[in-house]
Parts: sequence; C-alpha cells; structure tokens
Amino acid sequence: MSTDAQLVAAGMLPVQQPQGGAMMGWRTLFYKEILRFWKVGFQTVGAPVLTAILYLLVFGHVLEDRVRVFGTISYTAFLIPGLVMMSILQNAFANSSSSLIQSKIMGNLVFLLLTPLSHWHWFFAYVASSVVRGLVVGLGVLLATVWFTTLPFVAAGWILVFALLGASLMGALGLIAGLWAEKFDQMAVFQNFIIMPMTFLSGVFYSIKSLPPFWLAVSHLNPFFYMIDGFRYGFFGQSDVSPWLSLAIVGSAMLGASAVAVHLLRIGYKIRS
Amino acid sequence: MSAISFQSVSKSYPSPRSPNKPFQALDRVSLQIERGEFFGLLWPNGAGKTTMISILAGLTRASAGSVSVLGKDVVTDYAQARRSLGIVPQELVFDPFFSVREALRFQSGYFGIRNNDAWIDELLRSLGLSDKASANTRQLSGGMKRRMLVAQALVHKPPVIVLDEPTAGVDVELRQTLWHFIAKLNREGHTVLLTTHYLEEAEALCGRIAMLKSGRIVALDSTSELLKAASSNVLRFKVDAELPAELAAKARVTGRIVQLPAHDAREIEAYLAAVREAGLEAHDVEIRKADLEDVFVEVMAKNQDAVADATP
Repeated sequence: MSTDAQLVAAGMLPVQQPQGGAMMGWRTLFYKEILRFWKVGFQTVGAPVLTAILYLLVFGHVLEDRVRVFGTISYTAFLIPGLVMMSILQNAFANSSSSLIQSKIMGNLVFLLLTPLSHWHWFFAYVASSVVRGLVVGLGVLLATVWFTTLPFVAAGWILVFALLGASLMGALGLIAGLWAEKFDQMAVFQNFIIMPMTFLSGVFYSIKSLPPFWLAVSHLNPFFYMIDGFRYGFFGQSDVSPWLSLAIVGSAMLGASAVAVHLLRIGYKIRS
Repeated sequence: MSAISFQSVSKSYPSPRSPNKPFQALDRVSLQIERGEFFGLLWPNGAGKTTMISILAGLTRASAGSVSVLGKDVVTDYAQARRSLGIVPQELVFDPFFSVREALRFQSGYFGIRNNDAWIDELLRSLGLSDKASANTRQLSGGMKRRMLVAQALVHKPPVIVLDEPTAGVDVELRQTLWHFIAKLNREGHTVLLTTHYLEEAEALCGRIAMLKSGRIVALDSTSELLKAASSNVLRFKVDAELPAELAAKARVTGRIVQLPAHDAREIEAYLAAVREAGLEAHDVEIRKADLEDVFVEVMAKNQDAVADATP
C-alpha cells in the first residue's frame, strides 16, 4: 500500500498529489512570470517600443542619406532589424534578471523555494517567459517601425530561429545574473556595463565591415554580433558572416549559458544555503 | 512513521571572525514529532530556530544528519516532502505584483492543484480576508499580511503545518483568531509544529514541547510533565530595595517584582523570613502555580553551565 493510502486507511490526512501532473507546476510559474511583466506593460513593453522608435527617428534622419549598407538597402531599412533584435535581447534579459533580484530582495522568493518545483521547472519557466517578453517587445518594435520604409523578408525562417535562440540565450543570462546579484546596484553593473555595451557594439547601428581591422576583430568575439547578423540575414538575404556560422555560435552560447543556469539552480546558488 | 523526524542533525556556519571555529547552529539534534501532535519549539534568540525550520523546508542543507517529513527525506525526496508541508514564515513577505486571490491561485498551481477556488474562498473566509480577495497584497495591513501567509501555507492542504512565530508583534484580537484557527486545524488532523517566544501560547496550545539552547535540546517532554517537574508554586511579591544575596541568586527579578520557585509551605515561609530579617517589606504577596515561563527560565539556567562547559 502506498504511503498516502496507509495514511488515509489510518484516518490521517492524505498528501495532495498534483492533478495536472508535474507540468502544471512549471506552467503556473511560466504564466505568473508573463502576467508579472504584462501587468506593468507600459514599462515593460511600451517604453522599449518608444525608445526604439526614437532611435530610428534620430539615427535614421541623421544617417539616411550618408550611409548605404548592402548596396541598395537604405540605412533606415538596415537599422530596423537591428533595433528589433536589440529590443528582443535586452528585454529577454530584463525579464528573468529583474524578476529574480526583486523576489530575492523583497523576500517573496521563499514562496517558490517552498514548492516541489525542480530546478528544471524553474529554468524552463524563467527562460520561456523571458522569450515571450522578448518576442512581444520585438514584435511591437517591428510593427511600430515597419511603416517607415520597405522591408524585405527574404528568409523569414532565419528571423524566427535567431529571435528564439537570442531570446533564450538572454533569458538564461538574465537568470544567472538574477541569481548572482545581491543588490540592485550589482544588477545595474551587469546590465549597463556588460549587456548594453555588447548589444550596442554588435552592429545594430552599423555594419562591422566599416570598422578598422582591430575593432572588426573585436566585434567577431562578441556573440551579440552573430545574433544580430543572422537575424538581419533573414530580412535581406545578406550578412557580414554566414548565417550558418552565426547559428553555430549562438546555439553553442545558448546551450552553454543554459547549462550554467541549470547548474546554479540545481545547487541552489545563493538561494539555498 | 513520524510526521517530522530529525535524525542527529547538525548545521554549522563559517564564522568570518574565527575561520577555524565555525558557528554551530544545531548540534546533533534528534527529534520525532508524531502525526496529529501539536508540538512547540522554544529557545532564546539565536540561529538555531531559523536553521531548523529552514532545513525542514529545504531552504538550507544540514551539515550532517537527515530530516524527513512523513517518511520522505527532505533532500532526496524533496518534492513529496514539500507537498506534505505548509510553512508560515516569520517575516511578512508578499509579492507586490499580484492580488490576494491571484497569489493564492499561483501557490496552488505550483503544487499542481487545479480549480482550488472553493478551498481558497474557505481559507479567506476563515481568516477574515474575503473582502480583500481582489486587493493587491501590498495594500494589506500587517495583520492581514500575516493571515495571508497562513492562507498561502494551506492552499495545498498539507498534513503537516509549521508556524514560525505566528503571533510575533500581533495584536490580542488577531492572536486569538490565529490560535483558534490553528487549534481547529490540529483537531481536524493536521500535525502542527509551532515555534514561539510566547510561553503562554506554547502552554495553551502545545501538547509536547522541546526547549533548545545553543543548538542542543535541553528539555523534551509533554507540557503537563514539564510543568509538574518544575517547582509547583511561585512566590511573587514586590520590594522597594535590593534582595539579600542568597535570595537574589534564586529569584527572577523584574523591576520591583520578585518571583521565587517554592516547592512547599516551608520554603515559602523561609523566603518571607529572609525578607523580614533583611529589614525589607514585601508588598502584594501572592502564591501562584508555576507556568511554562518559570520552567523555561529554570531549564535555561540549569543548562547555562552545562553548555558553557561543553563548548570548546
């Protein structure tokens, strides 16, 4: 007889087993993380969309007649995919990192720590919800900016692949940062001194081929470059490096970051002592 | 199978000030709490209490020993162990993004409980939070937040409930409400583990009590036996000057109030004679039955030297 059956037979209280199966636990956390950002939609979706439009207006206006990339493509058209991807990456990172650091500092992470959710449940819920936020913001930026110019969609499959991989990578990085940081200040260091420079210097606003040889080489070491370059290939059918190389690099980076994130969750790094 | 079982559990924390001497929060603590019990854990402030609950909940890992809940090890079988446990933490934490009902629905979902609204409504009703169901948890008063924590711990109807100082800093009315509610849960079959500094609460609610000091159990018995074993009476009076030395050594003095353990009438008479011979006058003299606080003070005092000797 099972333990629960023994208990019930002895007139004792049974232990409630999950009705929705093990999946219901992670789905609840996934849904909660989405609702969390959706409730403050002006801040989490509206603001980044507006910021992207402003970048487009300012840089597009200044550089439209001065810069041609990929031959016939206008600068404004060149800029839009970069802005979309930058929004995806930054917001996917922000979702998991801000959720974790806020929960840790406010103390309500304890409600999750007391549940039967495994480290895999935590990982998939936080990363998947970060992907959703990244894609929602990215789609918002695209819909808001696509009217400014004619934008081709030469290989839409690549657009989706890089959007998903990039958002997953950043969701996993956000998880790692959220676990590691103990103060909002430390999170700000991660966000402003690592994530932001890497996204800005990855070819969003320019083709890296226009850089001097030294900085060109440095850009090739930046994984964000490959995400944006591959994403842009999906629109124009042209890129600075082969999309297959970008896929390999971004895919490996995503698997590596995920492995680290899962490991930190399994050992309860900084959340269980 | 016990509801909660601690088997020789130790926990040490590295001490930044003395790296070679880690701080021993728990020292080979063994304890079995049986199903249906209402068990109290008492000890002076220190890391031991938080550590014990944290190890039970999986928030901290023991340095040695094992803990199980209804036969499930809290480390190797953590999912089943946590399903059996409902923990009410001491700190008033909340998630400012969600309303009371949303938070309770999420908590149910984490435990895999579907369509829990009927039980959630009943919890809110019992805890007087029905009219706050749609309110953001940030808007709740301190007392309401505390009741909310109790509701969150109970959404998955755990057979074992742990309350960490549930009435600390709480007003008299809310304390009574919580006592009634917890006692009712215990009558319905839930095992309850309570930690508290309010000895009146432990005496009123707990069937069995463990007292800990410096990470070790220094007393473990039913409440009635503990009270019987201690001095059966206490002589209480007020004086306006300092007591003579031999009385002061045995007395618990709070301002002008003096309380002395007295086993029989001869001892009471001897104390009053000593007061008279010292030229003091005793006011508001009263003889009362020993309570748990007296037991606690006696036990702690008795173990003061024992623990000091044992610590390297």
